[in-house]
Amino acid sequence: MTGPGEKKTVDRREMLAGGVRAVCGAGFFALGLGMLGRQAETRAAQSLRPPGALAEADFLAACSRCGLCVRDCPWDTLRLAGIGDGAALGTPLFTARAVPCEMCQDIPCVVACPTGALDHRLTDIKQAKMGIAVLVGQETCLNFLGLRCDVCYRVCPLIDEAITLERSHNERTGKHARFIPTVHSDKCTGCGKCEKACVLEEAAIKVLPAELALGRLGGHYRLGWEEKRKHGESLLKDIIDLPDRGYGDGTATPYGGAERGANGAFKEFKP
Amino acid sequence: MRAAGWKWLIARRLSQAFFVALFLAGPLAGLWVVEGTLASSLTLGVLPLTDPLILLQSLLARHWPEATALLGAAIVVAGYLLVGGRAYCSWVCPLNPVTDAAHWLREKLGLREGVTISPRLRLWVLAGALAASALFGTLAWELVNPVTITHRALVFGGGLMWTVAVGIFVFDLAIARRGWCGHLCPVGAAYGLIGKGSLLRVSAVRREACDDCMDCYAVCPEPRVLTPALRGKAKGFGPVILSGDCTNCGRCIDVCPQDVFGFASRFDKREQTIGQQQGEYVP
Repeated sequence: MTGPGEKKTVDRREMLAGGVRAVCGAGFFALGLGMLGRQAETRAAQSLRPPGALAEADFLAACSRCGLCVRDCPWDTLRLAGIGDGAALGTPLFTARAVPCEMCQDIPCVVACPTGALDHRLTDIKQAKMGIAVLVGQETCLNFLGLRCDVCYRVCPLIDEAITLERSHNERTGKHARFIPTVHSDKCTGCGKCEKACVLEEAAIKVLPAELALGRLGGHYRLGWEEKRKHGESLLKDIIDLPDRGYGDGTATPYGGAERGANGAFKEFKP
Repeated sequence: MRAAGWKWLIARRLSQAFFVALFLAGPLAGLWVVEGTLASSLTLGVLPLTDPLILLQSLLARHWPEATALLGAAIVVAGYLLVGGRAYCSWVCPLNPVTDAAHWLREKLGLREGVTISPRLRLWVLAGALAASALFGTLAWELVNPVTITHRALVFGGGLMWTVAVGIFVFDLAIARRGWCGHLCPVGAAYGLIGKGSLLRVSAVRREACDDCMDCYAVCPEPRVLTPALRGKAKGFGPVILSGDCTNCGRCIDVCPQDVFGFASRFDKREQTIGQQQGEYVP
């Protein structure tokens, strides 16, 4: 026998079941999308964001994938990520080795961005941080080999600021200098002109996303000399300055006068 | 089906072609009337437009956008509050011709089998996409959105991304009748929510003349929305189709041999009785 009250209970139960089903379904769907989102946060190292781009996770929360930055790039540097570009589908990127950023003074890509995924506070292109150039090919770079290529240094829009040539001794010839292209991360904008211009088949200097390019000290690290400068004097007073002990006569070594060979190594070691 | 009109269908195809041409004139012919895509665009260098669902995802992902995007989304919402929320679906969206073609072929081939999906599922897809945007701090639906992916493929070149549109076609053809636009798409669901309050609506203004031929039910992409307006007089429903799911496609206006339907304001409660129109009452 089904009274009106009984029927109502069944309806309510069905409704509840339907609601739970829908919420669970939507929940699973949301989780799936979320995982896809996490996956999309990993960006290939050679896929660089336009100037002013927010940090990757924030960028993916902001960029509407409209392509207005791409349209306003006068050098056709930017493109929208397709499948296999190693960046979230439809987001803008450029590949330095293909077309680097020409660092327009008026930064039209940033101005065009309607959402602020490219931060409108960036008004001086020299403050851009699209990545950091790193001379990764230290075994192939012609300057490292002792030649004077210097191309990366010459094309750098911030020559002698972002890239300098640092002299060092050429151990191979024993009498020449090597001019080592040296990137200064505080000045480098990551425009990629150096990577584009590198004369090697595979560029020795590459622009990498900053988090890959730069090391980072532990937050608790204190550099003694910095602390000393800030404090005006050494933080540790009354340090006994022990005399430096040489190894010259053999008697003063920690190993009690073990004999050394011509190359300076111990001939035998008896603890 | 009896003698069918084509006026609104042709107008709608022209409108869809117009919007595609508008976005393609720049990249193909150098006529930069509109830059960008349906996600965000800039018309004639002054009019910014932004998809409100994309903006909503962004807000939920805790990004406060530039005023340009906020203004653009406000203009779009205001526009569709005038012309009908899901007018986007039937008059603008680049996927509509794809799913319409799939539906046409499905009918031609007489494919009756298919998965039954609740049309309310799109609301849950929308809820899931928005929840994912909020929980994971990203534009979650834009990772997979077939509408924006297809439009981007159209305007910027698609390559492999065209497979998404092909997939939607196959889904609608072989798996579910009017599956995508009518049941799953959360973009349509979002515009449907805007449409709940929109001004321009289809009205069964001469519903007394209806002779139950069912032609409108056959062509309507959301046949549920017809019933209250067409047959609900006894239950106190007005002649205006108020459901947000109605896409304002106007196909019912085209096919009705009795000229029951017409566009009207949602506030227009007037009805034409048979006597007024034809001077005599035909039972």
